[in-house]
Amino acid sequence: MAETPAEQVKRRQRKVLEVRNLRVHYETPTGDVIAVAGIDFDLYDGETLGLVGESGSGKSTAAYGILKLVQPPGRIVDGDVTLDGDELVHMSDSNFRQIRWTKLALIPQGAMNSLNPTMRVHRQITDAIEAHEGKQDKETLRERVLELFRMVGLPQRVYNMFPHELSGGMKQRVCIAMGIALHPTVVIADESTSALDVVVQRVVAQTMLRVKQALGVSMIMIGHDMGLMAQMVDRIAVMYAGKLVEVAPVETIFDEPMHPYSQVLIESIPSLKERKPLKITEGITHDPRNPPPGCIFQLRCPYVMERCRSDAPPLRELLARHEVACHLYNDDGSLIEDATMEAAS
Amino acid sequence: MGGLTLNYIIRRVVIFLLTIWVSITIIFLVARLAPGDPISAMVAQASASMGVVENQDAIIEGWKEYFGLNDPIPVQYVKFLGNLLTFNFGPSLIAFPAQVNELIARALPWSIGLGLVTLPLIFFIGNLFGALLAWRRTPGPLKAFIPMTMIFTSLPSVLAGLVFIFVFAFRMKLFPISGPFGRGMQPSFTIEFISSLIHHGILPVASLVIVSFGFWTLGMRGMMVTTEGEDYMTLADAKGLPPFYVLYRYQVRNAILPQVTALAIALRTLVAGQILVEAIFSYRGIGTLIYTSIRNQDYNTIQGTSFVVILFTAVSVLVIDLIYPLIDPRISLEGN
Repeated sequence: MAETPAEQVKRRQRKVLEVRNLRVHYETPTGDVIAVAGIDFDLYDGETLGLVGESGSGKSTAAYGILKLVQPPGRIVDGDVTLDGDELVHMSDSNFRQIRWTKLALIPQGAMNSLNPTMRVHRQITDAIEAHEGKQDKETLRERVLELFRMVGLPQRVYNMFPHELSGGMKQRVCIAMGIALHPTVVIADESTSALDVVVQRVVAQTMLRVKQALGVSMIMIGHDMGLMAQMVDRIAVMYAGKLVEVAPVETIFDEPMHPYSQVLIESIPSLKERKPLKITEGITHDPRNPPPGCIFQLRCPYVMERCRSDAPPLRELLARHEVACHLYNDDGSLIEDATMEAAS
Repeated sequence: MGGLTLNYIIRRVVIFLLTIWVSITIIFLVARLAPGDPISAMVAQASASMGVVENQDAIIEGWKEYFGLNDPIPVQYVKFLGNLLTFNFGPSLIAFPAQVNELIARALPWSIGLGLVTLPLIFFIGNLFGALLAWRRTPGPLKAFIPMTMIFTSLPSVLAGLVFIFVFAFRMKLFPISGPFGRGMQPSFTIEFISSLIHHGILPVASLVIVSFGFWTLGMRGMMVTTEGEDYMTLADAKGLPPFYVLYRYQVRNAILPQVTALAIALRTLVAGQILVEAIFSYRGIGTLIYTSIRNQDYNTIQGTSFVVILFTAVSVLVIDLIYPLIDPRISLEGN
């Protein structure tokens, strides 16, 4: 599928997934934990968006919200998710089941426990195919599965194996093969490489990218490995305490992170050349059941101002394709006058 | 690949033989260590009922010789081992001169028959209810109804049996009060006899099922909840598979594995019988036999029935072990 650059640009401008004000809460005896506090973002055709943040920031919950897989006591409180023109959050379960996997697929942490231990590998791929396309001839299905195996670099012998007979990397490939089996529009990869060692991680990540490009799917990659993200994704969305604080193209965010949280996050990437303290430990986090008014990052922010304690900053597009939720910047992306950026150093 | 390996089979069979050997040894030692002497007791009993027994000592000595109790312990042990392995348990002390193995052979079909009907029912109903209790999509009224069926679980099966006899047999006269089949009938393969057998069997079966399935329901429900949280369940939902397919092929299929293990242990009741239920319904099974032999200190019968029960338990565990790799493909790895 050779695309001319012009075609590609045009395709890249089409939104396939729009998330608006998505809120997911977990019910607890002492009040709702606000895991995802109203996030907005778009995913463009053929794009890879990286969703990053520390543990508990709500990145996985956001993904499971989009997939409508949030389990009780969690629930989607509010929001709209539009995939190719279909609104998903309010769609009935039986209608949404038709969309699952054909348009919206998940690549989980396959190295963990994502495969049914009592079913042979091929059957776990073909049951998804048959659930959406109806019963099929055994030989046809076999050909399709083996073709998927070739795409993700799995040997044929895996076909009849059980999950416990595979290595972590192989299980992850099985999950990738499963995810692309029905050529979905959007694939969400949830920490797909986190449980693997760095070498396998790299190889699997590359497989994922290659397959994604070959099929032209759009992808949301969830993870916390900034180094891996830098090489894999087109844009990065940084999440903190259930909110998106910055969304920007990957080069921009590594060169010039604008939100104070993104700055400390990127500064915290370890380096061989120098030993540096982990900046992010400064300050305390708030109780997720009862977030303070104003900015979500105020308790840890080195530049916190009076205004941050009362007004929550909205996510604004300050520079081209660069959205930030912070009071430090004017609408044109310049620093406001009384900002004291030296405080950081 | 999953499945049976020769190594796995050999290991299981060796464990099986060891179990049998250890149990025989324990039966042997317990009988010798236990206080009291069945022969003196028997003779004392006879003298109490008949007044005077002449030559008591000679009689006791004669019996001891007959049962080989004068041999040194190791000799007794080897003889004992050989006798048990050839199902030669000697004569019953009470029903003398009937052989213990004849008594067992007569009682066994009744217990096995009762067990073969009740156990599958208990396993099926218990697991079905457990699965439905835990399933997210089970209709609310059904979820509310199932726990109500379990109120009998805390009752002893005898009590349920007595209640059933009182209500359905004594008051409503729907079923016979006791006995395995109609009085005066001869066992045969006629419709009349078989329907009488079923008619007499319904109350004992029902009283066993109603008190037992609740434990299986609770076990299954617990496993279903554990399985619910597994990543493969989330992925199955994400794939958009039909909910019922996810229930049985992903959730129940994995949740039932420990239940199958428990079934192997429960298989023992096939042969051990349901001592009290058999007794109140005058069923002539192993349960009744064990009950009377313990009451009468009939050592040979106690040893014989114990051995048969142990042998059967060990065989059923072995069989379940051998079929387990077929239902849980991960198991055979253990043998490597």
